[in-house]
Amino acid sequence: MTLADNAAQSRANEHQTKRPSRLFKNMTAKVASIPMVLTALVVFVGCTAWTITYSFTNSRLLPRLEFVGWDQYDRLWSTRRWLISIENLAIFGICSLILSFVIGFTLAALLDRKIRGEAVFRTIFLYPFALSFIVTGLVWQWILNPDFGIQQVVRDWGWESFVFDPLNNADIVIFGILIAGIWQGSGFIMVIMLAGLRGIDEDIWKAARVDGIPTWKTYVLVIIPMMRPVFVTALVIITSGIIKVYDLVVAQTSGGPGIASEVPAKYVIEKMFQSQNLAQGFAASTMMLLSVLVVLIPWAYLEFGGKKRG
Amino acid sequence: MKSFKALLGATAFVSASAAYGADLEVTHWWTSGGEAAAVAEFAKAFNEKTDHNWVDGAIAGSGGTARPIIISRILGGDPMGATQLNHGRQAEELIEAGLLLDLTDVAEAQGWRDIVFPSSLLDACTYEGRIYCAPVNIHSWQWMWLSHKAFEDAGQDVPSNWDEFVAAAPALSDAGKIPLAMGQQPWQSAGAFGVMSVAIAGLDAWRAVTVDKNAEVAAGPEYAKVFQAAADAREMAANSNVQDWNQATNLVITGQAGAQIMGDWAQGEFQVAGQTAGEDYTCLPGLGVNELLDTAGDAFYFPKQDNADVEAAQKELAALLLSPEVQVAFNLKKGSLPVRGDIDMSSANACMQKGLEILASGNVLPSGDMNLSPDTQGQIEDLMVEFWNDPSYSAADAQAAYADIIANAD
Repeated sequence: MTLADNAAQSRANEHQTKRPSRLFKNMTAKVASIPMVLTALVVFVGCTAWTITYSFTNSRLLPRLEFVGWDQYDRLWSTRRWLISIENLAIFGICSLILSFVIGFTLAALLDRKIRGEAVFRTIFLYPFALSFIVTGLVWQWILNPDFGIQQVVRDWGWESFVFDPLNNADIVIFGILIAGIWQGSGFIMVIMLAGLRGIDEDIWKAARVDGIPTWKTYVLVIIPMMRPVFVTALVIITSGIIKVYDLVVAQTSGGPGIASEVPAKYVIEKMFQSQNLAQGFAASTMMLLSVLVVLIPWAYLEFGGKKRG
Repeated sequence: MKSFKALLGATAFVSASAAYGADLEVTHWWTSGGEAAAVAEFAKAFNEKTDHNWVDGAIAGSGGTARPIIISRILGGDPMGATQLNHGRQAEELIEAGLLLDLTDVAEAQGWRDIVFPSSLLDACTYEGRIYCAPVNIHSWQWMWLSHKAFEDAGQDVPSNWDEFVAAAPALSDAGKIPLAMGQQPWQSAGAFGVMSVAIAGLDAWRAVTVDKNAEVAAGPEYAKVFQAAADAREMAANSNVQDWNQATNLVITGQAGAQIMGDWAQGEFQVAGQTAGEDYTCLPGLGVNELLDTAGDAFYFPKQDNADVEAAQKELAALLLSPEVQVAFNLKKGSLPVRGDIDMSSANACMQKGLEILASGNVLPSGDMNLSPDTQGQIEDLMVEFWNDPSYSAADAQAAYADIIANAD
């Protein structure tokens, strides 16, 4: 311990005598991060720039640089399917954000009350997360199928006029997909929340009890504000899941009935590969990126910009 | 001397390994019962008649699912030995980019120009005078399949054209049947609409819209009739909750549905179910109104490979696909029509005979795949699948949207 300290001390002295520039400070760390920096620049920034550039061309199956201005975006925003996709994403996003948080936190809080068999319940709730979206989608497609799912079972019990066919009704189909999404994802959110709750100091609970604050009030006014980092983590995970939702829709409805359950990611992939119109797909994916930035930039500003001032 | 012997041995070894043959991965999307049986004929012929080996790369799902996978594999530098595609404009840019093998020498050696009938099939494989694909069958969309059992149960005669079918539809509904079975995938909606437009608007109007992309005709009175008919058909198909085309065909086979508008590939399903044309089911080309068939079809493309052995195997396969025996064996199982007019199809059933007659009399149309780019077709599919599934979408609105797509078609 002392040896290491000494060594560090002598190295620091050496540095001081040579007065090295800031650039060479922490050299090893900087060298080690070069691959990641390159990846970030080339893969993320580079490919994003490439995609945006080509979204202004008339590329079909293969990318080619013949610029057509805003044509692809004009077409995109006058396409009914895209507008429906955006609307669906908004409904799906808002509902699944709220429901995942409410359900996830409630389950976590209930498990945190030191109930018997916690491990069993935790496993059951987390289990759906082990399934892929495709499997989840297929299972829920069967459950919600009017001919052999819930609707038929209830009718067999004697309630002949019972109707529950979200996947075949264009007006509510997105909620059919929402059910599957929540079922799959809320267990995972619960686990994150539970980890956050376990991180709360036992003394806080004792202090709250001494002051006679009711349990629910302790949760809402004390515990939740303390769990802010956990909530931010959960928020990022849920939101990224929402924006890229694709496989669930493909497995459950493939966008149907009609185009009532289309989502933006599906539009992108189908325009790029099925319709062989790369530029249109790029325009759509650029809009998706833009929508993420619209959410992300104000949040990042509040989160990081605020701290500096404070 | 010794080294000479060794050299001889080495040469023998090299030539032996060259003759040994290559594994050729063949991707396709023929996965329903009838289709799988048909493609097995290709595999059998290829394994038995050549030294090469057929590695089956079936991709589940329809062409819509498989095509993106196939194309991204070719573009991504992981080309398969051969692949099914619908010939026409789908592969245009792959050819331009030089990713597909030129088959012109095979075609010339085998005399494809003379044997392929109708010759438009080969034209669709030709790009700037070179041939890039081997057509294997003719598929036409213009068929309606009717279940005898369903009409008997409803106490109706089996209709002989679209108007009679429309008239019989209420009786079918009363008997608890679905008058018209429709799968809900976009290509099925668009395809059924295409069939109705040829039958109802007539050949001239259809040609003006599809070939010449005349938006005025698309917005005109002939097409208004088509959209009205499609709106009627939408009501008849309202209770058909299936996705895949073969599930819809199955509704017709089991007599739960009266009819289905579907291409002749549906025939294979009736055959697998052991049904007889004319007794258990009836087929009406051109909805019984305009007996015209389009000549779309499947073709095999051969992505370029660096390996000369593989290239030789690819060319052997291309020649084999069009050989008379293979054509007969494949098309009988598939329910499609052969690409050559000079072979004996007398063992084909009544429906296929009807098709062959129409083909021989020259009542053929170029297919949508050959005229419209995948992009335009994608837009039409989006429109049609919405129209077929949303009863509040009026025929007039849909027609306006359709005319708009045609006006912007390339």
